[in-house]
Amino acid sequence: MAERPLSPHLSVYRMYRYSVLTSISNRFSGVVLSAGLIALVYWLMAVAGGARAYGHALAILSSGIFKLLYLALLAAFSYHLLAGIRHLVWDTGRGMERAQSQHSAWLIGIVSLLLFAGLAWWMLVRAGGAP
Amino acid sequence: MSLRSPLGRALGAGSAKEGVHHWWTQRLSALALVFLSIWFVVSILSLPLHDYATVSAWMSQGWTAVLLILFVITAAWHSQLGVRVVVEDYVHGSGMKALSLALVTFFHVAVAAAGVFAILKVALGGAV
Repeated sequence: MAERPLSPHLSVYRMYRYSVLTSISNRFSGVVLSAGLIALVYWLMAVAGGARAYGHALAILSSGIFKLLYLALLAAFSYHLLAGIRHLVWDTGRGMERAQSQHSAWLIGIVSLLLFAGLAWWMLVRAGGAP
Repeated sequence: MSLRSPLGRALGAGSAKEGVHHWWTQRLSALALVFLSIWFVVSILSLPLHDYATVSAWMSQGWTAVLLILFVITAAWHSQLGVRVVVEDYVHGSGMKALSLALVTFFHVAVAAAGVFAILKVALGGAV
């Protein structure tokens, strides 16, 4: 097959523009959440394995590195949720003018930071702190 | 100079009429996940403790089990759709791409199956 142009032709775009940043952040946060799905299923399987198996799993899932993972997951969730809603609004044909799109990029950035701060605070102050 | 007619060369090279399917299922699962993921995050953070008794009692409630199953299946489906596009964009070479896509599919089906099995086992009282 002949060499054909591939879609992510990064060199032709001006990087560090709001459109590039919001797009790649949405993709990256989605991949982080996919990793979180593995942790979720590991946790569910541990519950299904009974009290002793769950105890072992909880020791791992409560470790510092996993607390960092939960913070990353909450950040990814906060952003991916709002960026996804922005996409769903776009799908109705609304908000696609450049000024509107810049405006909504700022909006989801700020609101997702606030949402993440709230969720992280909730997770860190409550007892336990495991998943 | 080919003996194939222009029609013969063109047939099969066009749209398979499935282009919108990925887009549409991604949107459907996204819409469901807006509600399911908020429910899940709020529920998890609302649990007073994450010890075995609390978690298994929570998973045994009917609506919790149903919503958890819907969440795991929908999240795995949506994740598969998203990771598939990432692989299609960044993995080059048709062999590597096909292999990666097959692994992505298998992996997500396995994740969904394990999640549903675990939820049902706890909810139906099989866990000891």
